[in-house]
Amino acid sequence: MNSKKTLIVSHAPFWHDGSGIPERSYHTIIAALPAAIVGIAYYGAPALGVISLAVASAIIWELLLNYAGKRPITVGNGNAALIGLLIAMVLPASAPWWLVVIGTFLAIVIGIQIFGGIGANPFNPVALAIAILMVSYKSHLDFDAALVNFSLNFPSATDPLAALKAFGPAAVENLHPVDLLMGRQVGGLGSSCGLAIAMGGIYLILRGIIRWEISIAFIAGVFISAMLFNMSDPVRYAPPVFHLLTGYTLIGAFFLATESSSSPVNFIPMLIYGALGGVMTVLIRNIGAYVDGVIFAILLINLINPLVDKIRPKAIGKVA
Amino acid sequence: MRKRSLFGLSNPCFHYELATDVYPDPVAIPTPETVTLYIKQELKRTNISLKVGTPVKTGQRLVLNEGDDICAISSVTGTICAIAPFLADYGRAWTAVTIKTDRGDTPDTEFTEASEKPSLETLKRYLAAGPGEPDIGPLMDERNPVHTIVIYGGNADLLIDTSLYVLKHNAEAVNEGIEVLRKATGIEEIVIVVPEESVQNYSGHLDARIQSVSSHYPYAQPLMVLHHLTGRLPDEKGMASMGVYFIRAEAVAAIGQAFSTGSLPVEKTVTVIDKRGTKHLVRARVGTPVGALLKTFGVEINDQDKIIFGGPMTGNAIYSEDLPIGPDTDAILVQDKSVIPLYSDYPCINCGDCIRICPANVPVNLLVRFLEAGQYTEGADLYDLYSCIECGLCSYVCVSRIPIYQYIKLAKYELSRITSAEEMNEQ
Repeated sequence: MNSKKTLIVSHAPFWHDGSGIPERSYHTIIAALPAAIVGIAYYGAPALGVISLAVASAIIWELLLNYAGKRPITVGNGNAALIGLLIAMVLPASAPWWLVVIGTFLAIVIGIQIFGGIGANPFNPVALAIAILMVSYKSHLDFDAALVNFSLNFPSATDPLAALKAFGPAAVENLHPVDLLMGRQVGGLGSSCGLAIAMGGIYLILRGIIRWEISIAFIAGVFISAMLFNMSDPVRYAPPVFHLLTGYTLIGAFFLATESSSSPVNFIPMLIYGALGGVMTVLIRNIGAYVDGVIFAILLINLINPLVDKIRPKAIGKVA
Repeated sequence: MRKRSLFGLSNPCFHYELATDVYPDPVAIPTPETVTLYIKQELKRTNISLKVGTPVKTGQRLVLNEGDDICAISSVTGTICAIAPFLADYGRAWTAVTIKTDRGDTPDTEFTEASEKPSLETLKRYLAAGPGEPDIGPLMDERNPVHTIVIYGGNADLLIDTSLYVLKHNAEAVNEGIEVLRKATGIEEIVIVVPEESVQNYSGHLDARIQSVSSHYPYAQPLMVLHHLTGRLPDEKGMASMGVYFIRAEAVAAIGQAFSTGSLPVEKTVTVIDKRGTKHLVRARVGTPVGALLKTFGVEINDQDKIIFGGPMTGNAIYSEDLPIGPDTDAILVQDKSVIPLYSDYPCINCGDCIRICPANVPVNLLVRFLEAGQYTEGADLYDLYSCIECGLCSYVCVSRIPIYQYIKLAKYELSRITSAEEMNEQ
């Protein structure tokens, strides 16, 4: 009964919409690139060096872990490259080589691979790595100290958020939102140009790669809570637009909080998750000890993700 | 095959094939040299009364042992030339009976006498292996009395024309079948379910209540229809426990035809979809090898192509052109190797695409984690395994290309085996 032809047998369905993990990673990289290029334009070769080293070392860390764990080689799917790129984008352009390599080690090895690889990480690997770097190497992630040797033609020579923390809103009130939006502010090499990041984020939303509910809720959370603070005491608290356009707010809303495996998938949980991230960000910035709260806020909402994601619509046909 | 659109925000949307007035007449496939039929029972060589070399007539019941309930209906006149074990899906053991056909057709007369008085016993004995393969068992189960018979007129999957064609062109036979079912079961409530755009083709012609369902995939899947009608879905005990009985339109037509003519129908209507997507309606004897159908339309099969029984979403791939069409084969879909999607071994990355597309609100992302680990009971108890209506859309959009639909079907199958083993122990 056996014919000579070998047919392929597999399970249904026999159609697929063609999506895949490599496509997702590479499209996210494409979306992040404009902001990184703006960073290179402002900071020059050192920024390019940080980006290249971060991407390369992230890929090498994953490759080493693949070999060590005797698992299939997964570097081709672009996830490691994406994580490397995002780490570079939140670091200052002056980051020394060892800081970059440690950062990608923390993200790839501690953040993802020891949990079992892609899809198994409970925290956003980039946020985790940067949080560890922020508490371990304070001066290297303090943008004022790190970028002191750069001659930047920006309206303010200091990190707006650090200035706000130290001197109050009066110190930053001469900063024009358009300057902030165009990235003319001291900050991470790829995270300060709000326009480029928002463009990338909108591209990802339209492609259905990130979930718009999370980004929108995060931005709304930042905006509304900052507005409430500002309304209660404009002398001590900066206006909401300032909070939106400085620090890691936009890269957090579009690229960090939306990382799939550490964020919820149901509609209401996504809104809660995003909004809570935004509120935590402003709380840490306004009454916490740290200059920027985005990284810690994202780690916190990663923690509540499994819990909030239990709020889900009732499946059909359930009697109970 | 529909690919993801550039703007991935919206969900993909599929429609079933609808009834038209311009169905071409089905191409009749000549009786092949051999047919293969399945008796859905394990072959135990030690004591079988069915022997190689036995002559059989068209419409004759083939049983492994005298008095067996499980049978196949011979679709040709000829001689049995092989009896072999056959391993079906999920490792079920069946028996394959191959019959070498003679030139003429001699009808078997055993059914003619029985056909005078419709009864459930007659239906079970002669028509359970007929076209459409109705499972008569639930109608006879006194512990779970059936109160509604749903005749399922829609096509079971995308691209398929078979069911609506049969309903449209064999309306008379369907009506007779409904009559037989009414007499045999005493059940008055008979509902015919058709996609809403096709309703005007049927209302008034048929002696049953017509219920329309959306022509959007998957709103005409049997489980979705059941939910539409009752608001509930069955658990591991199956549909019968809810008092609703599903039967395909083609099975009703076969019942009607059998009782009005006094001979068992042995032909099956099949939609053949070739590599270019062109569709052909075919009538062939049950048991005809797939290769014979494909040859009629000049479909060339190469190495690494795929032949599928059923539609693109829920069908079964088969491994050989020599496999026969069964009484439940509604369609044959051929895929060229260049369009077969590649699979990957990535775990779930929690992207949520399955959640957004699931018509039943099943938490697929959580469920699949349990099913991958073989924890079927947890999946059923905590993550709504039995709310799944088996449409396959989650696997269609899965970024990690996990065989979610296969996991779900396997889990349901394994759980139903546990349940039936428990029931047997209780008795």
